[in-house]
Amino acid sequence: ESEPEVKADGETASDSENRAEAAPLVTSADDTPEVLNRALSNLSSRWKNWWVRGILTLAMIAFFFIIIYLGPMVLMMIVMCVQIKCFQEIITIGYNVYHSYELPWFRTLSWYFLLCVNYFFYGETVTDYFFTLVQREEPLRILSKYHRFISFTLYLIGFCMFVLSLVKKHYRLQFYMFGWTHVTLLIVVTQSHLVIHNLFEGMIWFIVPISCVICNDIMAYMFGFFFGRTPLIKLSPKKTWEGFIGGFFATVLFGLLLSYVMSGYRCFVCPVEYNNDTNSFTVDCEPSDLFRLHEYNIPEVIQSVIGWKIVRMYPFQIHSIALSTFASLIGPFGGFFASGFKRAFKIKDFANTIPGHGGIMDRFDCQYLMATFVNVYIASFIRGPNPSKLIQQFMNLRPEQQLHIFSTLRSHLIDKGMLTDATED
Amino acid sequence: MLELRHRGVCPGPGGAVAPPPPEGVAAGGDHEAESTSDKETDIDDRYGDLDSRTDSDIPEIPPSSDRTPEILKKALSGLSSRWKNWWIRGILTLTMISLFFLIIYMGSFMLMLLVLGIQVKCFHEIITIGYRVYRSYELPWFRTLSWYFLLCVNYFFYGETVADYFATFVQREEQLQFLIRYHRFISFALYLAGFCMFVLSLVKKHYRLQFYMFAWTHVTLLITVTQSHLVIQNLFEGMIWFLVPISSVICNDITAYLFGFFFGRTPLIKLSPKKTWEGFIGGFFSTVVFGFIAAYVLSKYQYFVCPVEYRSDVNSFVTECEPSELFQLQSYSLPPFLKAVLGRERVNLYPFQIHSIALSTFASLIGPFGGFFASGFKRAFKIKDFANTIPGHGGIMDRFDCQYLMATFVHVYITSFIRGPNPSKVLQQLLVLQPEQQLNIYKTLKMHLIEKGILQPTLKV
Repeated sequence: ESEPEVKADGETASDSENRAEAAPLVTSADDTPEVLNRALSNLSSRWKNWWVRGILTLAMIAFFFIIIYLGPMVLMMIVMCVQIKCFQEIITIGYNVYHSYELPWFRTLSWYFLLCVNYFFYGETVTDYFFTLVQREEPLRILSKYHRFISFTLYLIGFCMFVLSLVKKHYRLQFYMFGWTHVTLLIVVTQSHLVIHNLFEGMIWFIVPISCVICNDIMAYMFGFFFGRTPLIKLSPKKTWEGFIGGFFATVLFGLLLSYVMSGYRCFVCPVEYNNDTNSFTVDCEPSDLFRLHEYNIPEVIQSVIGWKIVRMYPFQIHSIALSTFASLIGPFGGFFASGFKRAFKIKDFANTIPGHGGIMDRFDCQYLMATFVNVYIASFIRGPNPSKLIQQFMNLRPEQQLHIFSTLRSHLIDKGMLTDATED
Repeated sequence: MLELRHRGVCPGPGGAVAPPPPEGVAAGGDHEAESTSDKETDIDDRYGDLDSRTDSDIPEIPPSSDRTPEILKKALSGLSSRWKNWWIRGILTLTMISLFFLIIYMGSFMLMLLVLGIQVKCFHEIITIGYRVYRSYELPWFRTLSWYFLLCVNYFFYGETVADYFATFVQREEQLQFLIRYHRFISFALYLAGFCMFVLSLVKKHYRLQFYMFAWTHVTLLITVTQSHLVIQNLFEGMIWFLVPISSVICNDITAYLFGFFFGRTPLIKLSPKKTWEGFIGGFFSTVVFGFIAAYVLSKYQYFVCPVEYRSDVNSFVTECEPSELFQLQSYSLPPFLKAVLGRERVNLYPFQIHSIALSTFASLIGPFGGFFASGFKRAFKIKDFANTIPGHGGIMDRFDCQYLMATFVHVYITSFIRGPNPSKVLQQLLVLQPEQQLNIYKTLKMHLIEKGILQPTLKV
């Protein structure tokens, strides 16, 4: 939620940060389409705003569903576009803050660094998931074998260009923009690649977290609207404790229901794989243990309330509780961070892309940490290392190393009782 | 080798920001206001000026106090000031080099500690500069937060390294097992705690400062901590991968200076007026020769050449192995023109020496860019040296500025051209899998090894 500009009150000139009397850095032009303007011309300004936001929210949700329907490839493209747009929005803010449009080369350099980092990350992903495709094509094989070296060289070229472009009177500005670009890349590009990793695990790992954050946003707003009384944090005066707690419970419930619905469908639950024969992505598999109905005994406390003895749930729903909890408790910190950022640089919204909502970054500020959390969660609790990748790495080792690993594995398996000497051969 | 850039700046009383100079007056001789059209809107916004104008409002960092020890001062009291400076630099250089040799002698573990110590000091130096630039001493929590983030990122990286190389040690201890298995999650949780503390510590009037320091901290971590961990990973490959690159950079520094001193005429880059093309090219050739010779000398000893391993029986690091073929003398036939020059048909070389040419080339050609970057940084923030730790030389960062990119390059070079995946890491990941998966992999591996003839079917391994 974008916060309104906070008026300066009684700050004296000796304060280290003064609020400018001038208008905020980016004045938002009204981008609402004509259609909407006419349809809503009768309503008062407050309700009009509400309606615009509502309609755009529904439009975005509908768009979301369409993209899901279109499949993983389109989703990947959308993630990439969102990433580029976010990067552009943040970099534009940097330009405005530092008035650095005139700096030589800098726009080119920022976009070049974006390209390099994306090349590096996409190269790593592609090598993992498209392994067979890559091995077939000779140029791709070379690119993937020396991928790190090539990426590093590209980055170095950008670095040297930066050093050569340092202009005598503008050192500080240039260093600031360099730092700004790198921090932006750190935030935007790494998050988007973790999102794509999550996507490859199974579309449910992409959809449920994002929906939980959106739901929390909306629910916290509703609860705050109807019941809000106690302010939550000075940084965002509109947030209230009632909205926070109400949003938390609503999101957990929503997550449980959504995962129940989605776990039934293979297309959401199966890891995305690239099929060599059909040259496209397929989501077809035997659902893992997580996505099969299990029976759980309800603890007595809840038994008396609900009146059931056992309940049939997917284990994934238990995980969804963890995901929703994170979305409700820590996700908002991402929003506070973005609010603080906007206050610090005195902008109302990141940009003006979506009427009534601000820029793309405004919509995604709470998602910052969610993607990283889901990725870390999956890596720590759900899946182990990828067995086929391990075999591939094993094949690259030297014979002595292979033998050493093999004998260690063998003694480990014998220890565990999975192997006995007699079952050899 | 920095040109002094002292500027007369009008400092405000105490820590207050100096009032913006009147329009149209260029502050100082060679720094102009960035863009006059924006001055009107930012006239009351001190930080607007701070950001958009070049260097005009930041007070000069106080001049460095002289930390040369008394002994040296007395011994050199007779000489003129110029020679005195030269002698101090020379003596300190020799001291640092001897310290370097001493630590190498003491072994890999001491080297790791040294790298860690240097990393912490570099971080401290850069963060202190940030504090001074933004005068953010008074900000609540910020020092604590910066050090906390340093701790988190170090914990994350060291955890990854420890898990890889100490696999046997870790498997034994139960608590360590738990920490390793959920390592990423724990590190992320620690980082999140820091992030939330940052958000909660945002104070109304200081938002921009706090965001700047947050970003400054993160960029510093990106530079210093990742480099230092790549250095340690290179070290584990074999101490030669640590010594030859660092020595090449140091040698390039010294020989470029000497060549520039004696033959220097054409300036190299406006950013560092003291650098010359003669120094650059002379330094390049001498560094390649030096690297070649150093590689030859070091390749003989197992101590330098073998990967560092942790042996659980002796509870220490050992470097004992059969040297890989990189470090075994091979006979190369010389190309015809070299044959004519040297008069020999074949020469015995270690293959590693060929790689050392690549390393030295990088150290001479691209390494200086790291130095230019640091010079630009010092110009931008108007400081002469990063800190005052080493008399005559400045701070630790001043000594390591050319090394920035070298460690990353060596690491990327090793992973791309020298070694394949890390066997202990593969093993560790294998042990984490589900038992059924392990059994499947075991069968696949067995088939593969028998096919390749590495494993005899009837032999009990």
